Amino acid sequence: MRQISPTSPEPRASRFLRRYLFSADHKVIGVQYFFLSLAAALAGAVLSLLMRIHLVWPHMAIPLLGEIKPENYLGFLTVHGTLMVFFVLSTVPQNGFGTYFLPLQLGASEMAFPGLNMVGFWTVLVSFLVLMTALFVPGGASIAGWTQYAPLSAIAAAGPGQGTGTDLWLISIGLFCVGTVLSAINFITTTVRRRAPGMDWMRMPLPCWAWFVTAILSLLAFSILLAALVMLMLDRHAGTNFFVPAGLVVSGRAVEHSGGSPLLWQHLFWFFGHPEVYIAILPAMGITSHLLSVFSRKPVFGYKAMVTATLAIGALGFMVWGHHMFVSGMNPYAGFAFSTLTTAIAVPSAIKVFNWLGTIYGGRIRFSTPMLFSIGFVSLFITGGLTGPLLAQPALDAYLHDTYFVVAHFHLIMAMAGLFAVFAATHFWFPKMFGRMMNERLGALHFWITLAGAYAIFMPMHLLGIAGHPRRYSELTGVQYVAAMAPLQKFITVAVIVTVAGQLVFLVNLFWSMLKGPRAGANPWDCSTLEWTLASPAPVAGFAGRLPVVNRGPYEYSVPGAEVDFLPQDAPATHGS
Amino acid sequence: MAIALLLALILITLASACLFVVHPWWFPAGVSAQAAAMDHGFKVALWLLGTLFIAGQITLAFFVVRSRRRAKAAYYQGNWRFEAAWTLTIAALFFWFNVSGEKLWSRMMIHHGAPGAVQVEVTGAQFQWYFRYPGADGVFGRTNAQKFAHPEEGNPLGLDPADPAGRDDIVSAALVLPANRDIELILHAQDVIHSLFIPAMRFKQDAVPGMSIHAQIRPVQPGNYEIACAELCGTGHYRMRAAVRVVSEEQFAAWQKARAANE
Repeated sequence: MRQISPTSPEPRASRFLRRYLFSADHKVIGVQYFFLSLAAALAGAVLSLLMRIHLVWPHMAIPLLGEIKPENYLGFLTVHGTLMVFFVLSTVPQNGFGTYFLPLQLGASEMAFPGLNMVGFWTVLVSFLVLMTALFVPGGASIAGWTQYAPLSAIAAAGPGQGTGTDLWLISIGLFCVGTVLSAINFITTTVRRRAPGMDWMRMPLPCWAWFVTAILSLLAFSILLAALVMLMLDRHAGTNFFVPAGLVVSGRAVEHSGGSPLLWQHLFWFFGHPEVYIAILPAMGITSHLLSVFSRKPVFGYKAMVTATLAIGALGFMVWGHHMFVSGMNPYAGFAFSTLTTAIAVPSAIKVFNWLGTIYGGRIRFSTPMLFSIGFVSLFITGGLTGPLLAQPALDAYLHDTYFVVAHFHLIMAMAGLFAVFAATHFWFPKMFGRMMNERLGALHFWITLAGAYAIFMPMHLLGIAGHPRRYSELTGVQYVAAMAPLQKFITVAVIVTVAGQLVFLVNLFWSMLKGPRAGANPWDCSTLEWTLASPAPVAGFAGRLPVVNRGPYEYSVPGAEVDFLPQDAPATHGS
Repeated sequence: MAIALLLALILITLASACLFVVHPWWFPAGVSAQAAAMDHGFKVALWLLGTLFIAGQITLAFFVVRSRRRAKAAYYQGNWRFEAAWTLTIAALFFWFNVSGEKLWSRMMIHHGAPGAVQVEVTGAQFQWYFRYPGADGVFGRTNAQKFAHPEEGNPLGLDPADPAGRDDIVSAALVLPANRDIELILHAQDVIHSLFIPAMRFKQDAVPGMSIHAQIRPVQPGNYEIACAELCGTGHYRMRAAVRVVSEEQFAAWQKARAANE
């Protein structure tokens, strides 16, 4: 082996690899997560497009793929849900933007464990590749949906995709759990240990609070999921009996299991799965609170209430999982408790909406693209959130459970609102990440297409659910009253095609701006938080040993008597407050 | 831009409200005893949440447009009184709504079987529903699906030929029910989880392998209705339908007699 003395220059290629690929720099890893999520989002969007087309035109031949079959539809459904929930909504707001900006907003130059950070990313990348491989193995991807209810997920004979496809799903998500737990440990330690002098807890920007609480949720929730995945894997291959009861006959053959409980899987899954919803949306809430303040040029309305609400949502998030199981055969008495606790979590969510409106009220709004998407977020959050208390009622949920009403609910509040926060954050932090500005006209155009699309797609789905249309139907022809809803389903498919096509505007803007966008100054949005005290793009060395000293809270905008309309957190204390 | 946002939010609100008011697709007419109470619950919910939806969107729109008139933003960090008042109001509203829902749930979920209820065992199997009636003796025969289930030989549920109680059991592909009688459904599943969804009766209950789940229902309107499977159960999930036929008490007795003669 060739010896490299410490003084000899590293070869160019290996320097490049170490700088941009196998880097432990949180900024590089943040960007890597960003692009991983972008790839996942594109794949997930294409799959949803194929599903929507098959649903209303089941015999249409797709170029390269041919005719989509019901098992393909369900395989796409599983991968779509898994990609979007795990690799997009749990990844980019938290591990993408959080990995990049948590240290910088706290005034640190690096995460607490840079090596762990890198291991986390590469684990998630492998997990992503394993998941995508499942689409191409014999039998295709798992047909059991992202929730993988047993015994459908436990028995290979239960359908195509339930053999290798499901094994790959389990391995993929197991790896994802490991990567995310590693990252969560890093986030928690960094927040506790790496805050700059003067960065008290109550001076942290709201995204940092959100990333911190989300990391705690991730640590607990993904550990549980990992345990459940291992149990399911053992049921499938080692003859254990966690989830499969006695006496089953699948595809005409007796199943040799006994003593397991299908409900146990649901309890374990949703004990992870409901906190997961908040893992997806809390960072989006933090980012939105932050941006509404920056672009209204006003302090966040009720900062302490926002922090309290974040903590309350985090804590209550672990006590509501049973609302996914009102008609599962769970004891109906449990329904009472879960219903009340679910209603309780609507209260801190309502506090957030109130404070977002309070932040905008009396502001001098700058309608830049990040602000447009943040306003869109609030609108979508209200719309999607309000169906929550309805679905929290066991009696009403019994009718709407597993119908398109629920699909509309969680796509509006989690998927669409979450994506709007991601688009807002992308436009907002792009200058710091890439040193250039994104195009505002294309940004606005993309916003209008996506806002119209989100409502056009998901608002009518409420009606489908109310009319009793079950979800996860690959075709409309099997049930007569469902077939009668085809016209509305066709309308939705057309809206999906237009909206997905509209995302090209974002892609063009992103890549064009990366290469050709106008150069960004250090602080193009006049922000007060610490990442904007650095040059754009953020230098490799971060604060380079010159740690900032924090003198005030993060949202000092339009302070009376100050010369400029914002006071950076590290500006000397004599400067006003 | 502020005006555009104002108009867009108003348009979205109006269009959504219209969609729900005109509702070209809606609940099927309710034909069970619990349907009226549930429909009332939905009505209350849609009014309450619809009002909050309109109020929220319009407030957002006007707060956005209002900012145009200002030279400088207000330096305003919050107001504890407003915050507390809002929190208490919304909490009171949501919990009132929650309690009304809990009452409805407790009425639906009757734990003890109604005396004299007609018993029907429902079994889900990929991708077919089977409905079993105990026959003249009122007792269901023993089943063992692993040993005896042969759908092609007319014994899809695996009725044990050695059990005399099973000889008069009726196994049907359609759910035939007498009107205005309490029905006790006993839900089973042979392979994976299925869910018995009868929209017209506002009824849904999962059928879980290894469990015997008891549920109550009371049809009040004779007619033909549809069952759809509401839990993802495999490739044929979308076509796992069955028919419900609600008939008069006499017709129900006649149907049972005719089926018994055929067995």
